[in-house]
Amino acid sequence: MHNFIDPILVLVLLLNFVALGASRLRTVIQAVSAQGVLLGLTIILAHGAPMEPLVVAMAVTTAALKGVVIPRMLFNAIREVVIRREVEPIVGFIASIFLGAAGTALAVLFSKSLPIAPSDAGSLIVPAALSTVLTGFLILTTRTKAITQVVGYLILENGVFIFGMLLMKAIPFLVELGVLLDLFVAIFVMGIIIHKISREFDTVSTRMLSELKE
Amino acid sequence: MAWLLFLVPWAFAAAASLTPSNRMRPWLVPAGGLAHLILTGFAVSGGPVTALQGWLALDPLSTVVLGFISLLFFICSLYAPAYLALRPERSNRVFCTCLLALPGMMSLVVLAHHLGLMWVAIEATTLVTAPMLFFNHTAHSLEATWKYLLIGSVGIALALLGSFFLAYSSVREGLEPTLVLDDLIRLAPNLSRPWLHAAFVLLLVGYGTKMGLAPMHTWKPDAYGEAPGLVGALLAGGVTSCAFLAVLRFYQICRTAHEAAFARELFVFIGLFSMAVAAVFMVRQRDFKRMLAYSSVEHMGILMLGIGIGGVAAFGALLHMITNGLTKGVLFLSAGNIHRAYGSKVTDDVRGAMRRLPMSGPLFLAGFLLVTGSPPGGPFISEFTILTGAVKAGHYTTAALFLTLLAIVFVGMGATVLRVVQGTPSAKAASTTYRDRPQLVIPIVIFLILSLSLGFVIPPPLKTALTNAVAYLEATP
Repeated sequence: MHNFIDPILVLVLLLNFVALGASRLRTVIQAVSAQGVLLGLTIILAHGAPMEPLVVAMAVTTAALKGVVIPRMLFNAIREVVIRREVEPIVGFIASIFLGAAGTALAVLFSKSLPIAPSDAGSLIVPAALSTVLTGFLILTTRTKAITQVVGYLILENGVFIFGMLLMKAIPFLVELGVLLDLFVAIFVMGIIIHKISREFDTVSTRMLSELKE
Repeated sequence: MAWLLFLVPWAFAAAASLTPSNRMRPWLVPAGGLAHLILTGFAVSGGPVTALQGWLALDPLSTVVLGFISLLFFICSLYAPAYLALRPERSNRVFCTCLLALPGMMSLVVLAHHLGLMWVAIEATTLVTAPMLFFNHTAHSLEATWKYLLIGSVGIALALLGSFFLAYSSVREGLEPTLVLDDLIRLAPNLSRPWLHAAFVLLLVGYGTKMGLAPMHTWKPDAYGEAPGLVGALLAGGVTSCAFLAVLRFYQICRTAHEAAFARELFVFIGLFSMAVAAVFMVRQRDFKRMLAYSSVEHMGILMLGIGIGGVAAFGALLHMITNGLTKGVLFLSAGNIHRAYGSKVTDDVRGAMRRLPMSGPLFLAGFLLVTGSPPGGPFISEFTILTGAVKAGHYTTAALFLTLLAIVFVGMGATVLRVVQGTPSAKAASTTYRDRPQLVIPIVIFLILSLSLGFVIPPPLKTALTNAVAYLEATP
């Protein structure tokens, strides 16, 4: 099955770099939305034939939530607060791409040191998961707009989700649904807070959020 | 029974969200707290509680935690109506709904024997507490809520990855993949070591963030500093205990996998490190609510230290979870009253709380003495037990460091607390309308009596429960 999943994972990795290098917020959100749809697709591929209705339902829910609903919420947020670009990243876009590449290399090296089950040998799942988690972290820590930070969190979650592919049988439907629900509510609450931040400070830059410190 | 423990609080939360009257709604909170306490009483004293094919179960460890959080929530809930009555200008619909949903979420964490389900429930506790942090709608509370949400969510996203690693460590060895706690404990000796180690580190970082262990504690001073006192008490006593239980679950798996030494070294290190970081920030701390947050970081460190040393100290750590939680109730609620009376939480403006607030001021001082381990309080007994455990096990350096850090914290925290309670209140502080009233003081007194009396006698049922919990935690395979 993994020979179908690997090309998709390569696309997911490429989208990580799009998110790292883009300055337009629309592009960043589109990248994460495309990742969400691809992840929904991998659920079906990871399970293989025969199709079970539960698996299809899970795949559709994932793709709809990560690919459509959450990106829609983010688009609404940027329309409301009228911002287009991440202007002042702490680390520049080119530098971010290089850091992302270094992170991916690191993820590949680290996953080599972990023993893989024979049935999963040669698959890209572990390095792709780790590198996506690292990308999410990088975006979270080096961007100053609240919305970009939420996207970073989403990418990080996508990384964890990719790793979940290895455990299709261990993670029951109910729990996966719970994880998705938590993600949705988290983004929803973050969206409300972003809205309040923009009203309170006239900006959504988290640089303003530095009053509380020692 | 297992279902009722979380469905009943959720029903109360739903009722709160549907109640139109801002004045009547807060009374649902103590009603919900009482209902949960009664259910917990039945669950704890009755026969075995299980549901969903063993996904939900009450074991000796969760019995202790469930009993404690239910009691904590009930006492805090007594404070809620009077507190919300002070804020008639603001709608408390969201606040009450979230507050009532919280014991349900916490019960689910405690009951969950499926690590995925437990993760979902812990993330849910973050999500229901975030709107409560934001209750004051100020720029500062906004900043605190943002940090709490983002750092908390990222932290436990790592915990989810850790849980997956753990499940994969069984796949790697050709075993049936599972996230059910009891299965993992059974399979533990055969799990793949590299995956188990990586999983444990991720889980410690992830749930450690939620507990507020240093260096993942950065959200804590902001969140506890800006949260209403009531929410601070529930976070510092209840939600952190849930995260602590989550860490203990993985410790159990590590023990059965014959990796206890690895886990315990990490625990002792992170425990002492948290205490040290807290001590540094508590010295010359001007904001007394942030000071309480650092005190919470310190005490989470003490819990990890106790478990890391093991044996008698593990008993002390579980007792300390209770004594610290109760004392934090005294401190956060009285600090909330002082904050309200002065309109400030910085020691430059807050002086003479003893005179200005003849009840909350002395209670705050008493809470400080208790939490720093002055005899004869409950925290003194639990910290002394941990110390005894450390010496008995031959951890002399650890014991010495533990005592030194406790002394630094005592001096640092004492300076701030004395500035708050001593002196003469400014004219501005005397002019605010807030006065101590019974409804806002009685819950604090209850916390104080409970915390103090645990220093004199540990009731036999509690002692048995704690002994069973330690035996269950440290069961040798």
